[in-house]
Amino acid sequence: MRLSHLACAITLGLACHTALAATAYVSNEKDDSISVIDLDTLQVTDTLAVGMRPRGLLLSNDNRLLYICASDSDRVQVMDLATRQIIKELPSGADPEQFALHPNDRWLYISNEDDALVTVVDTQTDEVLAQIDVGVEPEGMAVSPDGKWAVNTSETTNMLHWIDTSTQQLVDNTLVDQRPRHVEFDKDGQRLWASAEIGGTVTVMDVEAREILKVLRFEIKGVHPDKVQPVGVKLTDDGKYAFVALGPANHVAVVDAKTYEVLDYLLVGRRVWHMAFTPDQKRLLTTNGVSGDVSVIDVASLKVSKSIKVGRYPWGVVVTP
Amino acid sequence: MIVYWECLRGIVLREWLRFVLQRSRFLSALVRPLLWLLVFAAGFRAALGIAIIAPYDTYITYETYIVPGLACMILLFNGMQGSLAMVYDREMGSMRVLLTSPLPRAFLLASKLLATALISLLQVYAFLAIAWVYGVQPPPWGLLSALPALLLVALLLCALGLLLSNGIRQLENFAGVMNFVIFPLFFLSSALYPLWKMREASEWLYWLCALNPFSHAVELVRFALYQRLNLSALLVCLGLTALFALLAVLTFNPQHAALRKAG
Repeated sequence: MRLSHLACAITLGLACHTALAATAYVSNEKDDSISVIDLDTLQVTDTLAVGMRPRGLLLSNDNRLLYICASDSDRVQVMDLATRQIIKELPSGADPEQFALHPNDRWLYISNEDDALVTVVDTQTDEVLAQIDVGVEPEGMAVSPDGKWAVNTSETTNMLHWIDTSTQQLVDNTLVDQRPRHVEFDKDGQRLWASAEIGGTVTVMDVEAREILKVLRFEIKGVHPDKVQPVGVKLTDDGKYAFVALGPANHVAVVDAKTYEVLDYLLVGRRVWHMAFTPDQKRLLTTNGVSGDVSVIDVASLKVSKSIKVGRYPWGVVVTP
Repeated sequence: MIVYWECLRGIVLREWLRFVLQRSRFLSALVRPLLWLLVFAAGFRAALGIAIIAPYDTYITYETYIVPGLACMILLFNGMQGSLAMVYDREMGSMRVLLTSPLPRAFLLASKLLATALISLLQVYAFLAIAWVYGVQPPPWGLLSALPALLLVALLLCALGLLLSNGIRQLENFAGVMNFVIFPLFFLSSALYPLWKMREASEWLYWLCALNPFSHAVELVRFALYQRLNLSALLVCLGLTALFALLAVLTFNPQHAALRKAG
């Protein structure tokens, strides 16, 4: 009897352990591959060959499919994470870099950097639903949690382009600082955070009014201001923190998401661009392009606990439970 | 057994009293590494991070890198200052008073080593506490796991100091110890710069640093501070401590000063 209890406990323990082990997928821009990291052991467990110059990564709502912007292959690849095989390719338009999935789990909004377009693809029928003209060198892409807005950034026009998803029409533009790279909605969709790489700022917008609330600036002791180039932005669901990746400044800024005060700068690898939380939001992963690694930030203590070597020029990262 | 304990207690107490009464000695032992940490390291801040090397798991600033080396610097100076005190004691005769004890000379010298080492540890932990406030924060348990490593390194450097003091006939010769022992040991080590950096500059400089016992001492402390064991450094430090202590006991001659005076 006792032995069977012990066996049950061990089985349950193992099941819990497996359930807790999140997995990170990191696109290696110069290796045409995806590194798979077991977040329990913090080791790279697999490297998957994908299309040319993989950059932006996304997960389907059920975390079963991985969407990959294979920029130089001019397509979005879809990987079944159960088999880790590419199961289909979507017509993305030329040079897809970043994209965002509508909450309906079907419409994929893709930035076509070379064509000044946003292409909308239905991931179920594989059809192009719309192509929307935006500014020059579109890059950042986000869809609001209520699915009403798709916002794109254009690096050369220095604008945020507001697309009404019900009509797939561009309805408004907001001028921000130089070279906007990334946009991120907060959990309730009331605020939009947009980074400007050359401007060195992050603009926080009120979504309802489409007005600028605050422009954040960053200053790191001992680092030349030219090196402070914000790219990726991630917000915690509890509304407490915003993390801003500062590119060649090799730091991630921690911002109080309510007061907009910069609380700290965390040292990570070289040229940090994009980030992803683990599902429990206890850890944040950063891709460090030049040093070819992923740094792991402990969100509670705001400390960098480890940096894990991956392929050459890691770019995007997503985490599955 | 009680006699041995009383003797050890007496020697440790004497070192403690000397330490407490000489506040300037304590302050100077702290000011030296703090200057390196707050001024020198600030100049070489490396705000963009130092490449990852063991035992660190991620990128660190230069301040973080040099703290273990500076902790060992305190031990190094104290070890050498111990040798200065030994020469002084011999000249003033208090060492000869100590040696009138019926206990074995090896035990007396070992007690003296331990007493100096324990006092050094207090200074190291005071320095680590200030470094912690400054922002260099190793894992809290690392401060505990570093204790045996620091004690071993303290004993190693005190044994070296004792051995050197046997070769010094006059107090004035201590300047020689500074120039020919402390500086080469400290600068030709991994205390201030990672050895791969040295290798970029010069292969023979790298080998000098790699073979320097002080490098092993620094790496032992660095690893222990991050709860890792550097086995090769541990073996080198254990072996050298035993060797230096043995040689120090064998070559110890309290008559040096007396002979000189008589001469």
